[in-house]
Amino acid sequence: MKPKILLNKKKVNTILKRLCHQLIETHGDFSNSVLVGVQPRGVLLLDQIIYLLEEEDIREIKYGKLDVTFFRDDFRRKKKPLNAKSTEMNVIVEGKKVVFIDDVLYTGRSIRSALTAIDSYGRPESIELLVLVDRRFSRHLPIQPDYLGAQIDALQGDRVRVVWSKNSTECIVYLEKKGK
Amino acid sequence: MKKLTVPHLLGIKYLQIKDLELIFETASQFKEIINRPIKKVPSLRDITIANLFFENSTRTKLSFELAEKRLSADVLNISVGHSSISKGETLTDTVKNVLAMKVDMIVIRHPYPGAAHFLANEVNSCIINAGDGTHEHPSQALLDAYSLIEKIGDLRGKKIAILGDILHSRVALSNIYALKMLGANVKLCAPKSLLPKHVDSLGVTISDDLMYVLNWCDAVNVLRVQNERMDINYFPSSREYNQNFGINKECIEKLRKKIIILHPGPINRGVEISSEVADSDNTIILDQVENGVAIRMAIIFLLGSQINISA
Repeated sequence: MKPKILLNKKKVNTILKRLCHQLIETHGDFSNSVLVGVQPRGVLLLDQIIYLLEEEDIREIKYGKLDVTFFRDDFRRKKKPLNAKSTEMNVIVEGKKVVFIDDVLYTGRSIRSALTAIDSYGRPESIELLVLVDRRFSRHLPIQPDYLGAQIDALQGDRVRVVWSKNSTECIVYLEKKGK
Repeated sequence: MKKLTVPHLLGIKYLQIKDLELIFETASQFKEIINRPIKKVPSLRDITIANLFFENSTRTKLSFELAEKRLSADVLNISVGHSSISKGETLTDTVKNVLAMKVDMIVIRHPYPGAAHFLANEVNSCIINAGDGTHEHPSQALLDAYSLIEKIGDLRGKKIAILGDILHSRVALSNIYALKMLGANVKLCAPKSLLPKHVDSLGVTISDDLMYVLNWCDAVNVLRVQNERMDINYFPSSREYNQNFGINKECIEKLRKKIIILHPGPINRGVEISSEVADSDNTIILDQVENGVAIRMAIIFLLGSQINISA
């Protein structure tokens, strides 16, 4: 069975534009804000959001890319080994308003790891969370998004895949049912 | 998702190229971490590691201990002088007792070649070889290769020389295995008396002409003369060794190009290398030390991820 399309390119674009406007509403010119993409997949979303914000004439956005592998709580508890991606945090988050950016919010454990990992770069004034897709009713931790693209219901074991085009400017969100 | 092909780190000989690549890749991430204001990650918070050092060590011991602490592991240090080994306890008994205290990983340095290998067969634990006699010193070879790649890029086709006491050097053997695996051309430079018998089987070339070797190579790894392992005289005097095989300022000035100089430490200044050269910008000795912590963090992290959670 072919995976079901949850959000097509057009819908994702509309959502991303809305999310950018919501960010602008809260963060203004972003002079006191830092956008942080969570590796690996949040980084692709981060790049697209920066592109769209620049189109809205927001310049000099401070951003970083954070890998949370070494801060995960499921080290040695997963069958698959964890592989680290690069961290590029050339910004100071001390006293800044940080927005974590990730594609899918599922159990919330990656974001919990990101909350620990960001400590290494200072104490932010506040931390918010932006996600493209929220798999509701599947959280293991009390973590909720502040900026939300779309909310979906998927069974445990189903896979929500965000597939980006080659140049990483467009994406489609698929749902793969368990065992299919 | 990638993992190591081995459950222990006993020697470079037992690794594959993809293991080296995975270790280097992971070490790069750890290098970024140890340059943060807060240098610690919580990955190994439920793992206990014992460092068993049956031989003197400064760099390796500190480097392993720091790597373990930066990964949040609990660390035990046992040195031969302060333990029951001096009362006649065997290696296996010592390690079995340590493991009975719920230790998950053993880092061992031992004067006998094969000690780590022996232990891996005797006890049910993850073993890391931190140097076994004149046999192997895999973590040193990994950090040497990593430091070289950082400096001169892909080692395929690069010319690397190893200079000095090859016979007694575990660093030399591990380096040869690692460099060959990474595609480098390796040349040894030493007095004939300081070359091992089996050297022909290693796929390396040999020369005893220092200036020729320095002109040939892109980088040279300078090894210490290991007087403590010498039961007979292998060369007439330190002075004569220095004249024929020591690198000094004049040697470097005579070269047609700039070469990279590595040294695993400790340095015998004025014997295998002069102070002027050791402190010059040709050397990457302190980069090696910094990378040592990142490489050891990667080794421990990758091996640690294979330890059963219920163990």
